[in-house]
Amino acid sequence: MKFDIVIAGVGGQGVLSISAVIAAAALDQNIQVKQSEVHGMSQRGGAVLSHLRLSSDPIGGDTVSRGCADLILGMEPLESLRYLEYLSPDGRLISAMNPVRNIPDYPPLEDVHRTLQSVPGALLVDADRLAREQGSALAVNMVMVGAASNRIPISPEVLEKTIRAVFLTKGTRVVEINISAFRAGRNWQQ
Amino acid sequence: MKEKLLLGDEAVAVAAVHAGITAAYSYPGTPATEIMECLRALSSSDDGRSFGAFWCANEKTAYEEAAGVSFADGRSLVSMKHVGLNVAADPFINSALVDLRGGLVLAVADDPGMHSSQNEQDSRFYADFARTICLEPSSAQEAYDMTREAFLLSERWQIPVLVRLVTRLAHGRSAVRLAECETRKPVRKGEQVDGWILIPSNARRQWRKLLDLQPRLLEWSEGCPYNLISPDPGQAGWGVITSGIARNHFEESRKELPDPPAHLHIGAYPLPMEKIREFARNRKSLLILEEGYPFIERSLRGLLPQAVAIEGKLSGRLREDGELTPDAVRQALLLPPRPVKHFLAGPLPPRPPQLCSGCPHADIFHAIQIARKTYPETAITSDIGCYTLGALPPYSAIESCLCMGASVSMAKGAADAGLHPVVAVIGDSTFLHSGITPLIDAVAANANMTLIILDNAAVAMTGGQPQLLPSSRLEKIVLGLGVEPEHLKIITALPRETQKNSETLLAEMNYRGLSVLIAVRECVETAKKKKTKV
Repeated sequence: MKFDIVIAGVGGQGVLSISAVIAAAALDQNIQVKQSEVHGMSQRGGAVLSHLRLSSDPIGGDTVSRGCADLILGMEPLESLRYLEYLSPDGRLISAMNPVRNIPDYPPLEDVHRTLQSVPGALLVDADRLAREQGSALAVNMVMVGAASNRIPISPEVLEKTIRAVFLTKGTRVVEINISAFRAGRNWQQ
Repeated sequence: MKEKLLLGDEAVAVAAVHAGITAAYSYPGTPATEIMECLRALSSSDDGRSFGAFWCANEKTAYEEAAGVSFADGRSLVSMKHVGLNVAADPFINSALVDLRGGLVLAVADDPGMHSSQNEQDSRFYADFARTICLEPSSAQEAYDMTREAFLLSERWQIPVLVRLVTRLAHGRSAVRLAECETRKPVRKGEQVDGWILIPSNARRQWRKLLDLQPRLLEWSEGCPYNLISPDPGQAGWGVITSGIARNHFEESRKELPDPPAHLHIGAYPLPMEKIREFARNRKSLLILEEGYPFIERSLRGLLPQAVAIEGKLSGRLREDGELTPDAVRQALLLPPRPVKHFLAGPLPPRPPQLCSGCPHADIFHAIQIARKTYPETAITSDIGCYTLGALPPYSAIESCLCMGASVSMAKGAADAGLHPVVAVIGDSTFLHSGITPLIDAVAANANMTLIILDNAAVAMTGGQPQLLPSSRLEKIVLGLGVEPEHLKIITALPRETQKNSETLLAEMNYRGLSVLIAVRECVETAKKKKTKV
């Protein structure tokens, strides 16, 4: 088994914490993991990218090759488009539909959505709304982990256990919001 | 022991703690920052393994402080980004000549692809230049193992050992098995100090000693398990030599090769020349895969008989600039590219990093924009930090970014050359790093320039590390250097002050002599973090 994920978003959206949660859960399930992230200047509202590779066998490259991603998980629709060339022929695209418009030349949102929908099997998630419904706009990244959980080869129980561990220090309420965000994402249907 | 998921940077930090360091030193810089971030987190935990973990004024002071620990027989780790080693090059090169006591390990993170840097320099050249050992991990596990071993090697030969990381390793996370901890050595001052006093008579002896050590380092490298010829002999008359993470890219494509080549991996330097000769014997061609400059490839071109064709970055098989990617390595191995589906009609607008909403730097750039209307010919030198983003629209306010501190010295040079007005823009942390010394030059010459110090009370760009000295001290430093009190102005970086600030700036630009403005307001990000902590 191998499962390559490209996670994309904008600085501050929690791309790196999504990678950390999935990576820790994978390790817990005895799956080998390699994760590569680019931050630094990108934390200033720029594009952020994380490559996450899961495999039952030793993993070679530190990054995903073009045409090899089994999943592109986008926190922002324009950023999801940016890495489509990484998608494998039968890979899936799961993207939040809510834009971060911090650039002057953001293309019309309906065009962005239309291109995303042209990818076979694409799933667009109203992540902002789901997160708010669970009690915190900040839980949007766990909504996206939930939406991805139907695809990635890790059991939802292990993912929930990891989420509980990650948010443990922030108190029960935060843990519960993030767990219900995860479940809302997991149950999302377009 | 259960495996732990660690960043390459964290693996280095944890290894140093397990090696029993007495102290560690660093200056923030991507992609090396997390080494010290991790050390500071570990040093404040209460597992009883206490050690010092210090942010320093710059990489040179960091390195020298680490040398002081070695002088006291303790182990120390010093970490920095690649360009930081330019600043620390003086103590690094010279520390290879002294009789180190406690192990001194230098972890340097190179940034091929320039994700957050102004160049792609390759630190392996520095280790070679200093005639010392370089270890080059290819995984977080190796980053841990090699850092542990580096302390032993440093003490065995009394030389500093360089551990070279690259961005993808420093910021890549994978599982690491941890080894038993060593106990920390007690501090003591050695009796023999001659080996630490590099006056020429001693230095000649110490240099000879370092040169005499070279054959032993080479012998060690020849037998080092990090320099490994793959047991699989390979099918064809060609071989591949990898180093560092290039091995991972190679492994990724190896299974698809119809004629898998023989493989030699290099993880330790000096280069094991005999092993390479043995590996190259009877081969028609070699492909060299290495991240950074063509360091190995260049060495081999003079080493092997002409009959062996050497392919790599110098031959044009791979690009000399930018990062290695699995796709680039695949192409170099002459495999066809993987099919890629295209969904996009055209290029997407880029999303570059930008100043945060409410950033104090933006207010000062607006003030500069207003003031320079009076003098369209104003030259504005600048420096390295978030404010370098002032080069981009909508500000387009700064006109240079060379290296840490150069805004001040370049402004003096431009003023010496006759430009007027000249304004230098530098952050508080960069000023403490390398801006004070050029300001001494400017004071001495009463240079016709205006320096703006953007004091946001943080090392903001690397994640908001605390500034070393409180903001209130900046003013005293500037005055203490001899800047005239009537030409030192403290201003507040707020939108409502912009008009007034531009007038203050214009008045100082009009003045023919040295003036300094300190623009004060805390970084919005660090202010936010403090709020959430309370």
